[in-house]
Amino acid sequence: MGDIATRKAYGDALCKLAEQYPELIVLDADLSGATMTKDFSKAYPDRFLNMGIAECNMTGVAAGLAACGKMPFINSFAMFSAGRAYEQVRNSICYPHLNVKVIGSHGGLSVGEDGATHQCIEDFSLMRTIPGMTVLCPCDAFEMEKAVKALLDFEGPAYMRLGRLAVETVTDKIDSYKFELGKGVTLKDGNDVAIIAVGMMVQMALKAHEILKEQGISARVIDMHTIKPLDREIVLKAARETGAIVTTEEHNILGGLGSAVCEAVCEECPVPVLRHGVNDAFGRSGKAQLVLKAYDLTPEKIAEYAKKAAALKK
Amino acid sequence: MTLENEKEISLFAARVRLAGLRMVYKAASGHIGGSLSSTDILSVLYVNHMNVRTDDPTWADRDRFVLSKGHCTPALYPTLSYKGFFPEEELSNFRSIEHHMSGHAEMHYVKGVDMSTGSLGQGISAAVGMAVAGKLDGKSYRVYCLLGDGEIEEGQVWEACMSASKYDLDNLCLIVDVNGLQIDGRTEDVMPSEPLDLKFKAFGFNVLKIDGHDLSQIDRAFQKASSVKGVPTVILAKTVKGKGVSFMENDAAWHGKAPDEEKFAIAEKELLDKIDELEGR
Repeated sequence: MGDIATRKAYGDALCKLAEQYPELIVLDADLSGATMTKDFSKAYPDRFLNMGIAECNMTGVAAGLAACGKMPFINSFAMFSAGRAYEQVRNSICYPHLNVKVIGSHGGLSVGEDGATHQCIEDFSLMRTIPGMTVLCPCDAFEMEKAVKALLDFEGPAYMRLGRLAVETVTDKIDSYKFELGKGVTLKDGNDVAIIAVGMMVQMALKAHEILKEQGISARVIDMHTIKPLDREIVLKAARETGAIVTTEEHNILGGLGSAVCEAVCEECPVPVLRHGVNDAFGRSGKAQLVLKAYDLTPEKIAEYAKKAAALKK
Repeated sequence: MTLENEKEISLFAARVRLAGLRMVYKAASGHIGGSLSSTDILSVLYVNHMNVRTDDPTWADRDRFVLSKGHCTPALYPTLSYKGFFPEEELSNFRSIEHHMSGHAEMHYVKGVDMSTGSLGQGISAAVGMAVAGKLDGKSYRVYCLLGDGEIEEGQVWEACMSASKYDLDNLCLIVDVNGLQIDGRTEDVMPSEPLDLKFKAFGFNVLKIDGHDLSQIDRAFQKASSVKGVPTVILAKTVKGKGVSFMENDAAWHGKAPDEEKFAIAEKELLDKIDELEGR
């Protein structure tokens, strides 16, 4: 597989799996071209509801559909599905524990030119703190297809972030790769430091692994596609075996993967954890790659954090 | 509506009011004002119209009811109990930590509740979703949704109305309990929302205006709503907040307050007298 955006892989997976899951209903809020539900809307017009620019109502309608046995996937930008409709997700979907999948496309700074109002860096945090919510963000097309299937087989509320940019497909090259909700995947072994990554930071973490390797540092790379429930086992194993951890995410360093890993490590196996991500700041407009660079979301910076973390080891 | 039917519903409603008052008094909290204003509507709906199976509360083909003004459980829970979903004794569990009979409507623990609600403006969207599901599945069930006239200040209500109209949800019937009061005072002072009939018409609804305490008017409105095709219906029911307890009527202070012992005794006597009168004692 080449470079494919996870939103594209998501849209393709919905179409591919639609026949197998007749209760699947897709809702969108006037962004079907961007969230990639358009192909589904054309292939299955009777199972697609365009709810207009009204995310809060879309969220509640999905709750009603789920209460009648449907499997709704609701789609918008992460900013709106997790942000604007947060309270509807909490009260109409999660509190009654209804089988609705909330999809947040265009997550993180890599939205690029649209700027800060559309660059959601808080969705993991918002969704993670709702009781009973599952939160995930697959890193590439191969993983995304498996994630969509897993969500269709999973009964209950879940939030999944999609990315706008085409990204390298990496997980298909790992022989031992197996997707399971709530289970991280070790993509590279290493014992000096562990890099735990989510979303498109997984590809950057793999590059950081190479940079570190040239400098004689052996960095483990873990793809943590599910942020909640967190795979504590793989985190604690990394803490015990490497003694230093870096988390990396296209998200505020507050409340997301970094926080989740810190919580687990602090409680059961305290070792240094450095959180790499957006340093509690709003994004801004620019070409996606340049925005990422401006906010230090680069393989070089991850490698730098990894060295710092390793140096903090006792 | 036959005289006999009217008497049956009057008595049903009087018992619901009494039970609601006792629940709020025992819990020392709860929303009595809006429960009393909506009791007659709920009573007509459940006695005459809701196609449900009390021995199979989640029957797939049942009519659905969503209490979008989710705080009015002191009206809904007794209605469900007297309909036959659960024993009357369970009403004393209301708002207690020992049980799961939450202050706001709760679908997983209270039999007969079709949607968990409480955050205003959200229940209507779920009702739209249920009505859409009915259309998709070719089922003939109806979906009813009760809103408050303060609640409709939430923008989501109007998002939901647009979508109900878009999907031609003639299986959806909204009822707005127009009691004219909300927590902070008169709705016309807090946030004027009239003319409601013109607003709902503009959103594509069949609009019926009734006296929300006239049982035969309520009954006829539900009948008319069922016969209208192609568009959703809204029943604008003019009501009195606190209806049935003299000192609570038209007083916003009783929106979410429990009576003290003395006030409770007065209110209970008024409601018991009403039941005696209806039973011809």
